[in-house]
Amino acid sequence: MKEGRPGWEAAVRIGLAAGLAVVFVSGLLALLGVSPARAFMEMASGSVGSAGKLADVLVAWVPLLLVASGLLVTFAAGLWNIGIEGQVMMGAVFTTWMLRLLQDAALPPALVLALAIGAGMLGGALWAVFAGLLKTHGGVNEIFGGLGLNFVASGLALWLIFGPWKRPGVGSMSGTEPFPEALWLPQIGALRLSGWALALGVLGIVLVGALLRGTYFGLKVKAVGRNARAAFLLGIPTTRYMLSGFALCGALAGAAGALQVTAVYHRLIPAISSGYGFLGLLVAMLSGYRALAVPFVAFFFAALNIGSIQLPIVFRLDSSLSGVLQGMLVLCVLVVHGARRRFRREAAP
Amino acid sequence: MNIALENISKRFGEVQANEGISLAVPAGTIHGILGENGAGKSTLMKILSGFIRADSGRTFLDGAPAQIRGPADAIRLGIGMLHQDPLDFPPMTAVDNFLAGRTGAWRLSRPDARRELEERQADFDFRVDPGARVENLTVGERQQLEMVRLLSLGARALILDEPTTGISALQKDRLFAALRKLAADGKSIILISHKLRDVEMLCDEVTVLRRARVAGRAQAPYDLNELVRLMFGRVVTREPRLEVPTGGPLLTLDGLAVEDHRLRLAGLNLEIRAGEVIGLAGLEGSGQELFLRACGGLLRPAAGRLRLAGRDLAGEPYPVFRDAGIAYVPAARLEEGLVAGLTPAEHFAIVEPGGGLVIDWKLTMEQAERRIAEYDIRGAATGPVDSLSGGNQQRALLSLLPPGLCLVLLEHPTRGLDVESASAIWRKLLDRCADGAALVFTSSDLEEILQYSDRVLVFFGGQVAGPVPASAMTVERLGEMMGGQP
Repeated sequence: MKEGRPGWEAAVRIGLAAGLAVVFVSGLLALLGVSPARAFMEMASGSVGSAGKLADVLVAWVPLLLVASGLLVTFAAGLWNIGIEGQVMMGAVFTTWMLRLLQDAALPPALVLALAIGAGMLGGALWAVFAGLLKTHGGVNEIFGGLGLNFVASGLALWLIFGPWKRPGVGSMSGTEPFPEALWLPQIGALRLSGWALALGVLGIVLVGALLRGTYFGLKVKAVGRNARAAFLLGIPTTRYMLSGFALCGALAGAAGALQVTAVYHRLIPAISSGYGFLGLLVAMLSGYRALAVPFVAFFFAALNIGSIQLPIVFRLDSSLSGVLQGMLVLCVLVVHGARRRFRREAAP
Repeated sequence: MNIALENISKRFGEVQANEGISLAVPAGTIHGILGENGAGKSTLMKILSGFIRADSGRTFLDGAPAQIRGPADAIRLGIGMLHQDPLDFPPMTAVDNFLAGRTGAWRLSRPDARRELEERQADFDFRVDPGARVENLTVGERQQLEMVRLLSLGARALILDEPTTGISALQKDRLFAALRKLAADGKSIILISHKLRDVEMLCDEVTVLRRARVAGRAQAPYDLNELVRLMFGRVVTREPRLEVPTGGPLLTLDGLAVEDHRLRLAGLNLEIRAGEVIGLAGLEGSGQELFLRACGGLLRPAAGRLRLAGRDLAGEPYPVFRDAGIAYVPAARLEEGLVAGLTPAEHFAIVEPGGGLVIDWKLTMEQAERRIAEYDIRGAATGPVDSLSGGNQQRALLSLLPPGLCLVLLEHPTRGLDVESASAIWRKLLDRCADGAALVFTSSDLEEILQYSDRVLVFFGGQVAGPVPASAMTVERLGEMMGGQP
């Protein structure tokens, strides 16, 4: 993965790409008979228009931040951790499992929550290492391994919700029985936002940023990602570093899943990962694999997600439009990037 | 077909691959293109067959100027090329490969194709099973298949890039007989080779390339010494080799066998002594790389023992070799040696043993500056290593080697470097010898081999001759041995 070059050139590129994406989505809105300007205004006011909306954006920001931080590590190691979605899911499953185990024990809730989040991180890490082992020892490309494991994880969650962990009476898509309020991560006032979750998200990106910038581990991970052959010859145990990268990314994804359970839904639901794993891939790519850019891009994506909830209410449009905009944005950035490279190559003798 | 190339030039970035090359191949002749690796043979022929476009120069086919924009153009005009590594489809059957590249009809008729394939094979006594998967064929059979495929597409000129590497003696005889027959039918054949023997047996005329230019031409019968002289250049008088007293045995090879998919070296016995330099001569792909990789623990020997101070290392993984004080310096600096995008300082941080969790950049920079000064690397410690020049990349690569090594294995340590950089590299390497390390290196520069080696091993098609004391050798003799002359 080549790191994007900071500075005005990158900014111009992102601006150009964003412009292209907006033009495309505007065209789409116009075709649907909706004024693009009004739609964008609605999305803006629906995301950052009030303290409550802003808190909702931050609720989505935290898992995106965690997932994208984890992906910075795997991208640095030259790995496409498509299995991230399943890792988020396994984080949620392990957290739910730990909460179910301990909810009736006479332990302080803070300890139970800490253990549950720890279990979630472990679950995500194990699932990621599994994909890693398939790559390093099974010869399965991590993209295919991860994709397969995503289906397995989501199948496992569904089975648990409708089977062993079903609500008294009948299992339903609304998930498992909610946990008692004592086992919810404390929220800020009347907002749905948990300060602890926010702190964990920020901690994740700060740690990963520091790890990749200033530690021997981060440097060796980068060396493996850029040239595994040379790294091996220089004496770096490449397999171990790849697996460590997977484990770290999985732990962060698992934390995202754990927070979805402890801070957002307070139970396990089938769509517990909310697609944040895949969205995180887009965030990491759009950030040019740079830790400094991730919080901003993640915030923008979270705002789009929350803001688009207005669309069905106001225009009777589907809220998946935010996904179209996000996808277009990333495609446009990649196309602008590719066009620039091609242009450069042709300009060179 | 009469082929004429006029003033062909091609540059890849820093490297001039072809410069003002002209060549004429009349119909019905077999033309050899000789030259050492990197001389520009393959580039020239890829230009003729449309894989690469020349920066300048013209191509004439049967007297008419031709524009060849791609391989499809080339085959339409009647030019087919057999690449050194067959460009076929291994998971598909021979007959499907035979059909690949056909244009026109929508519907395939395998029975017809099978019949045609067998008829065409019969012309040359080729025996490829049409139903066999290509991945199960030998290199020679794949070559035969590709040849009849190109002929069935209407090739009137065939270019063969090192066709005798990796094929059996019987297949080689069949191939040569087929090529003679094709020439007698009026087709033109171009043979790229660095094997003097092949060229001598087959070619009516030879063009020798050296460093991107035509070094000379010759017609059969050949004076082999003259060809060697043209290939390797003027013989320069050597400076006396720096004498380092050699010590006791360091690495002992005992009946070692190494192989890859096309070459097998067997029964190697050698004792490498502390402080000595062993040069591995041979044309590219003759087995010296396999030998070197086996000694470095990067290729598991098929048989035999590799004893370092009494301990058998054969079959151990690379880190064990590394820990035992054996270092391997690859030729492909940016592909295998250095991590493009990281800085020299970051490289030093990677190889520096110990260190806590957090990188002490101040200390690392101090060490980096010291190494940069010691190895005379011209470039910043904080710029990407791939922006350094080739010579500086090579120096950076050597500066990453840990101290106190017992054996340094080097692939083409000075390839592409100017004389001054090369001798600076060698001074550093010979310092290691003075400290008791042994060096084993490959080079396509025969002067370099004779100047710096104590003993020389000569590789030819999987056979190893020697070790011969370098003092008893001449460049001419070495060139002959590399060309397979006993």
